[in-house]
Amino acid sequence: MYSWLVLLPFLGVIFLNLPSKTVRLKLAFWVSLFIVVFQIFFVIVPMPAAWGHKLDSLGTFLKMNFVVDCLTQVLLLCIGLISFVTLFVQREMAQDEKQMFNFVNVLLLVLAGMNGIVLVRDIFSLYVFLEITAIGSFILISFDESFSAFEGAFKYIILSIVATVLMLLAIGLFVLVAGNTSFEAIGLAFLDYPNVFLMRLAMGLFLSGCFIKAGLMPFHGWLPDAYASAPASVSILLAGIVTKVVGVYTLMRVVVSIFGFDPTLRTILFLVGIFSIVFGALAALGQSDFKRMLAYSSISQVGYIILGLASFSLLGLAGAVFHLFNHAMFKSLLFVNSAAVESRTGTRHMDSLSGLTQRMPVTGVSSVFASLSAAGVPPLAGFWSKLLIIMALWFSGFAWVAVIALMASVLTLAYFLSLQRRVFFGTIAAEFNNIKEAGFGFMVPSVILAAIILGVGIIFPFIFSKFIVFMSHLVGGFIVY
Amino acid sequence: MFIDIFLLSVLVLASLWTVMTRSILRSAIGLALTSVILAIVIFKLNAPLAAVFELSVCAGLISVLFISTISLTQPYTNEEILERVKIMFGRFKFLPILLVGLGAFLFFMNIKPFVPFFYKESLVDVRVFLWDLRRIDVFGQILVLLVGVFGVVILFKERVKK
Repeated sequence: MYSWLVLLPFLGVIFLNLPSKTVRLKLAFWVSLFIVVFQIFFVIVPMPAAWGHKLDSLGTFLKMNFVVDCLTQVLLLCIGLISFVTLFVQREMAQDEKQMFNFVNVLLLVLAGMNGIVLVRDIFSLYVFLEITAIGSFILISFDESFSAFEGAFKYIILSIVATVLMLLAIGLFVLVAGNTSFEAIGLAFLDYPNVFLMRLAMGLFLSGCFIKAGLMPFHGWLPDAYASAPASVSILLAGIVTKVVGVYTLMRVVVSIFGFDPTLRTILFLVGIFSIVFGALAALGQSDFKRMLAYSSISQVGYIILGLASFSLLGLAGAVFHLFNHAMFKSLLFVNSAAVESRTGTRHMDSLSGLTQRMPVTGVSSVFASLSAAGVPPLAGFWSKLLIIMALWFSGFAWVAVIALMASVLTLAYFLSLQRRVFFGTIAAEFNNIKEAGFGFMVPSVILAAIILGVGIIFPFIFSKFIVFMSHLVGGFIVY
Repeated sequence: MFIDIFLLSVLVLASLWTVMTRSILRSAIGLALTSVILAIVIFKLNAPLAAVFELSVCAGLISVLFISTISLTQPYTNEEILERVKIMFGRFKFLPILLVGLGAFLFFMNIKPFVPFFYKESLVDVRVFLWDLRRIDVFGQILVLLVGVFGVVILFKERVKK
């Protein structure tokens, strides 16, 4: 049944391109909205198993042997939610129906690619779906055909290709030793031959590819340019979910399903995580462009996810997955806010903005929720995920890493307060005295995402034990605290 | 052994020529040449089907695409070419030395990685392999092509219209 999450976007693209021009231009938004809402409900509401057997014939024919666990479900939900937000924002920003139609076609294919990545358990199929997502992302970044967008897309293409080559080389080595491309076979080969030179080399190559795709420091060269130069809706999609799926999820999946517990791996993850958290936050502090600050903030926040993973404990993994979800929500919300501000004021330069909450109350208030959640202020969702990660690090015997993560959280608060002060608080500049609140396409996602951040934060203490049990299905060889 | 070293050396030279040559058309021809030599190497490694794919897709199809695209572009003037070559040589002058050095290092290191050799020569017919075992990847390739087609239409065709 889960095969429909890959098939439906594909069939949606075919369906959209069949009717006459007028009909398909009108249908594009609604068809894509249906597919995205279907995905959200599909994950939230469990389907009866009998449905699956009846409707799964096409997936079976295409040999889609998908496996679903808690990590996959969280990611599928994030993909659905962020695609929903992206659609609304793009509808608000599209110059005409033709542009919306083109955008929807590529978005649906990227959606199919991302769903495929989280559902497959075969490293070569993973690579194929990574490529679909990456090519779609290049097109989306350069969608408005500005010089900066082409520059951002070009940097992304070059570094993404380097990452892909590294990954492909690693896959070749995996096949050489394991004789198969399934996660299970490669994982078993790692257990049998943990210190074989070729396996260590393959692990290093694959990890490097994941680090580039996730935009972690020092592999982050493409990320600020791509995020800042892409159209607003694409920045939301990229920062909210694409880099999470192609980089962070892939890394988590290979660590959990293939590499398992490995002290060298832990050291590498710690180094990359700490480096990203601290330098991402410091770089964000020095930015005056709204979107560039958010881009550097993303690098820093992804560092927390990596640290949670590196704790090699159930608590840390639960924190990492939860922070991945939270980051998708609050960072998408902040990018929606930046798009709303840019659409009304025509600038992203924070020093020339001031007091916008007076004219844009929904944008201003929702950005406060997102910023505080990112900084880890209770009772918002971001607080709980950071708490889980820091506790996991502490209990795993890495108190010094926990302290660094905690200190970096203060830096996060500092740059987000600086953003709030410069953009939303204070007296409104005379030139922006007549602006109005952002349009419907910005308001709906802002309200929904702010509600999720607040709602999940409030209910999380009550569902914590269930969440941990839910996550425990994921970890086999992990040390459990 | 001699033929292997000869082929690999020519392969390195052809790829160097591809990235260092001043004309983009010669670069495309260099890539085709590299692919042909690579196809021979793959063939010698007992993978005839992979060699055929390399020869037909990389050396054939992609070269045709590159050369036809290049024919649609405006060539640089001689001055521009010289300027670019200067920049390129400035950037990449250490590349050949690095390559030769790395090759020599690996040769003299005489690395004998322990490979358990689980992987045996596949007896599965390629049709069975593609259509039965890797059907999902074939579907994935269709999606890759589709997204590529949309990319060309959105970024090139509509741009020309504008």
